[in-house]
Amino acid sequence: MINIKNLHASVDGQEILKGLNLDVKDGEVHAIMGPNGSGKSTLASVLAGKSEYEVAEGEVLFNGKNLLEMSAEDRAREGLFLAFQYPVEIPGVSNINFLKTAINEIRAYKGLGPIEPKTFLAMVKEKQSLVELDGKLTGRSVNEGFSGGEKKRNEIFQMAMLEPTLAILDETDSGLDIDALRIVANGVNKLRDQKRSFIIVTHYQRLLDYIIPDFVHVLYNGRIVKTGGKELALELEAKGYDWLKSESVEA
Amino acid sequence: MAEKNEILEEFTQGEYKYGFTSDIETEFAPKGLNEDIVRFISMKKKEPQWMLDFRLKAFRHWLKMKHPDHWAHVNFKPIDFQDSCYYAAPKKIKTVGSLDEVDQELLKTFEKLGISLEEQKRLVGMESKIAVDAVIDSVSVKTTFKEVLAEKGIIFCSFSEAVQEHPELIKKYMGSVVPYTDNFYATLNSAVFSDGSFCYIPKGVRCPMELSTYFRINSSGTGQFERTLIVADEGAYVSYLEGCTAPMRDENQLHAAIVEIVAHKDAEVKYSTVQNWYPGNKEGVGGIYNFVTKRGICLGDNSKISWTQVETGSAITWKYPSVILKGDHSVGEFYSVAVTNNYQQADTGTKMLHIGKNTRSTIISKGISAGKSQNSYRGLVRISKGATNARNFSQCDSLLMGDKCGAHTFPYIEIHDKSAVVEHEATTSKIGEDQIFYCKQRGIDTEKAIGLIVNGYCREVLNQLPMEFAVEAQKLLSVSLEGSVG
Ligand SMILES: Nc1ncnc2c1ncn2[C@@H]1O[C@H](COP(=O)(O)OP(=O)(O)O)[C@@H](O)[C@H]1O
Ligand SMILES: [Mg+2]
Repeated sequence: MINIKNLHASVDGQEILKGLNLDVKDGEVHAIMGPNGSGKSTLASVLAGKSEYEVAEGEVLFNGKNLLEMSAEDRAREGLFLAFQYPVEIPGVSNINFLKTAINEIRAYKGLGPIEPKTFLAMVKEKQSLVELDGKLTGRSVNEGFSGGEKKRNEIFQMAMLEPTLAILDETDSGLDIDALRIVANGVNKLRDQKRSFIIVTHYQRLLDYIIPDFVHVLYNGRIVKTGGKELALELEAKGYDWLKSESVEA
Repeated sequence: MAEKNEILEEFTQGEYKYGFTSDIETEFAPKGLNEDIVRFISMKKKEPQWMLDFRLKAFRHWLKMKHPDHWAHVNFKPIDFQDSCYYAAPKKIKTVGSLDEVDQELLKTFEKLGISLEEQKRLVGMESKIAVDAVIDSVSVKTTFKEVLAEKGIIFCSFSEAVQEHPELIKKYMGSVVPYTDNFYATLNSAVFSDGSFCYIPKGVRCPMELSTYFRINSSGTGQFERTLIVADEGAYVSYLEGCTAPMRDENQLHAAIVEIVAHKDAEVKYSTVQNWYPGNKEGVGGIYNFVTKRGICLGDNSKISWTQVETGSAITWKYPSVILKGDHSVGEFYSVAVTNNYQQADTGTKMLHIGKNTRSTIISKGISAGKSQNSYRGLVRISKGATNARNFSQCDSLLMGDKCGAHTFPYIEIHDKSAVVEHEATTSKIGEDQIFYCKQRGIDTEKAIGLIVNGYCREVLNQLPMEFAVEAQKLLSVSLEGSVG
C-alpha cells in the first residue's frame, strides 16, 4: 500500500522528520503513538501533500507510484484520505455539495462521468447512518458550527463516502466522549477490508480497544523508535514514553 | 494530463469570454460633445420637443458642473469628454422591427453571448421564460415577448419607443427618482442618453416572467449611456435582470447609466444585475468605467425594492444602488457581491434613506479582492426625523486573496429619530490556505476549491438571484478569480 523510506521533512527550516521508515501493506491497520510534538501530524501532512513541508530526502511509494511527485489533489484521487486533527470550516458550502464535488473530481480523474444523483443520495443515507451523523448536519455548511465531536464524525463520514484505499486518521479520537469514540471506531471497522489500509495516529490506548491494530509504532523525535503489536499500546499506557526516550538516545 | 490542458484552456479563455468584437455596420455621431450633438441624438431618435428640451436643460446644467472630487476610493486620469463619440447605432435595424430586419451579424453577436432573441428558441425546454430587451451600443435592437406581456397590460419596450408611445408615463416618471441635476454623470446621461428599457406593470399585476435588459458595447471610441425606468403600480410585482458585456480593448470606455425604479403602494420590484463589463487586462490596461446612478423609491405604503448585484467586471465600478423609503412600512434591500482582481477598482455600496414610519432596510455586502485591486464598500443609512421605528441591518464582509489588494469599508450612519434601530456588522477575512488544502485533500483542485469557497462566502447574495442568473453568476465568480491564488 504505502512504503516510506528514510523520510526527512522540515518546516520553516526546522527538520521535523528525521529519517522515518514505515511499510503498510494492503488491509493492515497501523497505529502511531508518541508524545506531543514528535512529528505525527507532520507525517500526516507530508503524506497528504501540504506545501509548507519540504522533503529533503527519502522516498514514498503509494501503490507503486511516487507519492511525493503528485499534487495534493492527485494523492487524494489516487485514494489517500486524511481525517484532519483540526477539520476546517467552509462557510456557505453545504457538506453535500462539497462531497459531490469531491466525488465527481475523483471520478473524472479515473475517467468516469459524474455520479448519478440517485446513487449519490442513497450513498449519503447509508454512510451517514454508519457514523450516526444527523441528516441535518449533512445539509449544513462544511463543519460550520459543528461541535468538536461532530467535526470528527463528519471526517469519518467523508472517508466513508470517498472510499479511499489508505486512510490516515490524525487524532480523530481526541476530545471524543466514549459514545462518539465507539461510533468513530465502528465506522472505521465497517470500512476495514483486505484492500483498505489505515494509519491511526492516537495518544490514547483506549481507541485501540475498539480498533484492533496490526502494528503499533512509537514516533519520537522524527523517527519510529519502536514497533510492536497491540500490546505495545498497553505498555505505553502503563509506562509512558520516558523509557523509550532514554532508549532512543542510546540508539 | 489531458485534464490539466482542459483547465488551462478554460483558464485562458476564461479570462474574458465576451471580449470579441462584431463587424456590424454602424452609424456614428461625430466625435465630441456640444449642443449640436445633443440635438443630433434627439433628431436621430425622432424625439418630440419636450424630450429635446429635457436633454438641453440637462446639458446646460452639466456644463456648469465640476467633475466630482475623488471622494471615492478610485483613481483614474481625467476623462476627455470631447474625445468620445456619443451615438453609435447598428445601421440595419428599425427600433420596432421583426428579426428578419436585424443584421445577421448582430443576431450572431447575441447568440454568442448566450442571449437568444428568438422567442421560440427561448421557450423550448425552459421552465421559466425571460423577456429580453437587447441594447447594443446606443440603441435597443429587439425586445422579446412584448405581445404576451401586453395582454396583461404590461409595457416592456425600449426607452426610445416609450418616448414615442407612452409620453405621458415617461414625462411623469423620468427624472422623478434621479433628477437631471443629481450628479455629474447622471446629468451627462440625461443630456446624451441613447436608449435603455422601459417597463410598466399595471395595478395588481404580477409579471408572469422575468424581464431583462442585456447591454452590449460593441463599437470603440464610444460611451454608453442608457436609462432604465421601471414603474410598478399599486400591488404590482416584477423581477428585473440586467446583464452586460463589452469587447476587450485597451482604451477605457465610459458607461454612465441611470436606473430609476418607482414602487407604488403594495408593489414590489426586484432588480438583479450581473455586471461583467470588460475589466481591462492583467496589467490594468483598458476596461470599462462603470459610473452608474441607480435609485428606487418606495413611494407607497408597504412597497418593497430589492437590489441584488454581482459585480465582477469593469476597470472601475462606482455606484450605489439606493432606496428612498418614503411609504410607511416600506422595505429596501441591497445584496451585493463585488469582485475585484488584477488592477480593478470598485467603490460600491448603497444608500437607504428612511422617511416613512416602520420602514426596514437590509444591506448585505460581500467584497472579494484579489491581485492588486482595491475594493471599497461605501454605504449610507439615514433615518430622517419622523421615520419612527425604522430599522436597518447591515453586514459588510471583505475577503482578501493575497496581500497586494485592499479592502475598505466606509459606513455612514445618520440617525435623526431616536426610535431607530440600526445594526452594523463588518468582518474581514483572508481566504484560508487551510481551506484550500482541505479541499485539495478531498480531490478538489485549487481553482475549483476557490470557486467553492468564494461561492460559499457569497451564498446569501447568490440566493437572492433568479435561478438561471445564479448559475451564471457562480461560474462568473470562479472565472474572475482564476489565477488569483498561487
Ligand atoms: N508550521 C509549522 N511551523 C513551525 N513548526 C512547526 C509547524 N508545524 C509543526 N511544527 C513543529 O513540528 C514539531 C512536530 O509537530 P507535529 O507534527 O504537529 O507533532 P504531533 O502531531 O506529533 O504532536 C513540533 O515541534 C511543532 O512545533
Ligand atoms: Mg498532531
